Amino acid sequence: MVSGLKVGLLVALASIGLSLIFGVTGLVNFAHSEMVAFGAVIALLLESTVGLNGALFPLAVVLAVLAGGGLGFGLERGIFGPLRRRKMTNISLMVVSIGLAFLMRYLILIYHGAEPETFESFRIQSGVSLGPIELPAKDYFIIGIAFTTLLMVGLLLQRTKLGTSMRAVSDNPALAESSGIDVNRTIMWVWILGSALASLGGTMIGLTQVVEWQMGEKILLLIFAAVTLGGLGTAFGAMVGGLAIGFASETSTFWLDNDLKFLIALAVMIVILLVRPRGILGVRERLG
Amino acid sequence: MLMNLFAEIDVSKLFGLALRTSISVQAATFALAAVGLNLHYGYTGLLNFGVVAFMAAGAYGMAIFFTQGWLGGSILLAIASGVVFAVVIALSIGLPSLRLRADYLALTTIAIAEVLRISFRSQRLLDFTGGPFGLPSIEDRNANVSFADVITVDWNPIKEGNYGAWFLEFDEKTLWVMIIGWSLVSLASLLIWGLMRSPWGRVIKAIREDEDAARALGKNVFSYKLQSLIIGGVIASFAGIVRAFDMGFVETQQFRPQTTFFIWTVLILGGAASIWGPIIGSMTFWFVIIFSEELLRQMVDSGWIPDAILQSNDIASVRMILMGIMLATLMIWRPQGLVGKKEEAQIDIR
Repeated sequence: MVSGLKVGLLVALASIGLSLIFGVTGLVNFAHSEMVAFGAVIALLLESTVGLNGALFPLAVVLAVLAGGGLGFGLERGIFGPLRRRKMTNISLMVVSIGLAFLMRYLILIYHGAEPETFESFRIQSGVSLGPIELPAKDYFIIGIAFTTLLMVGLLLQRTKLGTSMRAVSDNPALAESSGIDVNRTIMWVWILGSALASLGGTMIGLTQVVEWQMGEKILLLIFAAVTLGGLGTAFGAMVGGLAIGFASETSTFWLDNDLKFLIALAVMIVILLVRPRGILGVRERLG
Repeated sequence: MLMNLFAEIDVSKLFGLALRTSISVQAATFALAAVGLNLHYGYTGLLNFGVVAFMAAGAYGMAIFFTQGWLGGSILLAIASGVVFAVVIALSIGLPSLRLRADYLALTTIAIAEVLRISFRSQRLLDFTGGPFGLPSIEDRNANVSFADVITVDWNPIKEGNYGAWFLEFDEKTLWVMIIGWSLVSLASLLIWGLMRSPWGRVIKAIREDEDAARALGKNVFSYKLQSLIIGGVIASFAGIVRAFDMGFVETQQFRPQTTFFIWTVLILGGAASIWGPIIGSMTFWFVIIFSEELLRQMVDSGWIPDAILQSNDIASVRMILMGIMLATLMIWRPQGLVGKKEEAQIDIR
C-alpha cells in the first residue's frame, strides 16, 4: 500500500509538467517522458562521474533539477516557441515532439549505455520502522520530498502572481494577453517549471527503481494515463490522476499478474478518454 | 586526407546494401502499412497512432489460427482470420473513439495498440500466443517448422537457387515473398487510387478538410470514418501478415510503438495524401537509413570516427535517431514530403 502511495506521488510529480504545458500551449508533448529520463541520467552522471555521492547527493539532485529546467528553457526557446510563432498546428507540433523523443531517447542510449544502473549511495539500505510500516530510509525522504514539492507547486499556482498568470493563460490565452499578462513569458516559465519537475520525478523514480535509457518509454503511457484521468491541462488533475494511476497499478499485483499491471493504467486511460475526455477535474470545453 | 577517407570506404557495398534494403520485404511491408495509414491520416485526417495494432492483429490472427490447426489449419483461412481480426480491432477502436478530438484519438489508439501487445505477451494467453516467445513455439522454431513454409516452400513457384547478382542476390524464398509483398503494395495503391476518384473518396477528403461542412451536407461522417478505418486497417494487417511470412515467426517485440512511428516517418517522408507517397517514402526511408548506418559503420571501423564519439555497437541506435530527426524536420520544413501536394498535407484537425 505504501509503495502504491510512493509510486503514485512520483507519477504525479512527473506528470504535472505535461499537464501544465498542455494547459498553456495545447501541445501533447511526447518528449516529456524523455525529460523524466534526462533528469535521472544527469543525477546518475553527477553521482558516479563527478563524485557527488553520499552526503553530497542532494546537491546532485538539485543540479539535475536545474539541468531539467534548462532543458525546458532550451526546448521552448529553441524549438517549440519559434514553431508556435510560425503558426504550426498543435498536431504537427505533437509529431515533432515524437521525433524529438526518439532523438533524446537514443542519444541517452548511446551516451549512457544500455545497462540499467542504480544510484551507488543508495544501493542497500536497511529498513526503518515507523509504526506498522517498515521501509528503507530513502523511501521516507522520497515520499516527503515528493509530497512537499506537490504542495509547493499547488501553492505556487494558487497564491503567486506567476501561478495566477499560468492559470489565466491556460484558461484563455487571448483574454490573458489583453489583461496585460505576458503570455510568452508565462509559457516559458511553465516549460522551465514542468521540465524541472519532470527531472525531479525522474531522479526519484531512479532512486526507487533503476536508471536506464528505456525509463522514458516505460513511463510515457503511465504519465499520459495519469494526465488524462485527472483532466488534461489541470495541474491538480495531474496530481490526483498520478496518485490514482500509481496506486492502482501497484496494488493491482494483488489480484493480477505482474506483467499485466501496466494494462490497468492503459485501460483507465482508454475508458476515461471515451467516457469523460475532460477527466475528473477538467472543465468541459466551452464552444463558440 | 579526404582521398584517404574515400580509399577506406567500400562504395559498392554502401550502395549495394542500401539498394537491397530499399526493395526488400521490409520496405514492402512498411510501404503497405503506410498505404493503410495514408487512407487514415492522409485522406481522412484520422490521427491513428496505433498502426501497429492492425499489423499485430493480422500477424497474430493468422499465426494463432494456423498453429492451433483450426478448420484443418488451412493457410488461406488463417490469413482470412488475420484480416477478420484486424476488422474487429478497427471496429473496437472506431466505434467508441472516432467521435473524439484528434489528439485524444491519437492517445486512445496508441494505448489500444499497447494493450493488444501486452495482452499477447501475457502468461495467461501462453497457449495461444506463445507469450513472450511468440509463434511458432520454440521447439518448432528449432526444428525449422513455421507457418511460413506453406507459402515459401509448398506454394513457391520459383525454383530453388539464388537469383540476381551483386548485393541484390536473393534466394527463392525471399524473392517470392518480395514479389507477394510488392504486388500487394501495388494492389492496395490501385485500390486507394480508385477509391479516391470515386464519390466515396470525395466525401472522405471533404471530411478531412471540414468535418462540419461534410456533416451539413447530410453525410454520415462517423460511418465514413469507420469505413476508412476498416479499409486502411485491413491493408495494414496484410503488412503484418507478409512480414510474418518473411520472418517465419511472430513475437510481441515486433509490434512496439516505435514501429508505428517508423511508418509515420515513411508516410510523411513520401508525402501524405498522395498515391506514390508511401511507396517512394518507404524505399527512400530504407535507402537513407541503411546508407547512413553502413557509412557510419565503415567510418567507425576504419578509425575515422573516434570511439569516444560513436562505437560500432551503438550504430543500431543511430537508425532511431535518424528516424526521430527525419520525422521532426520533415514536419517543420516539408510537411508534404517528397511527392505530396502542400495544400493537401496541411493538417489542421481539431
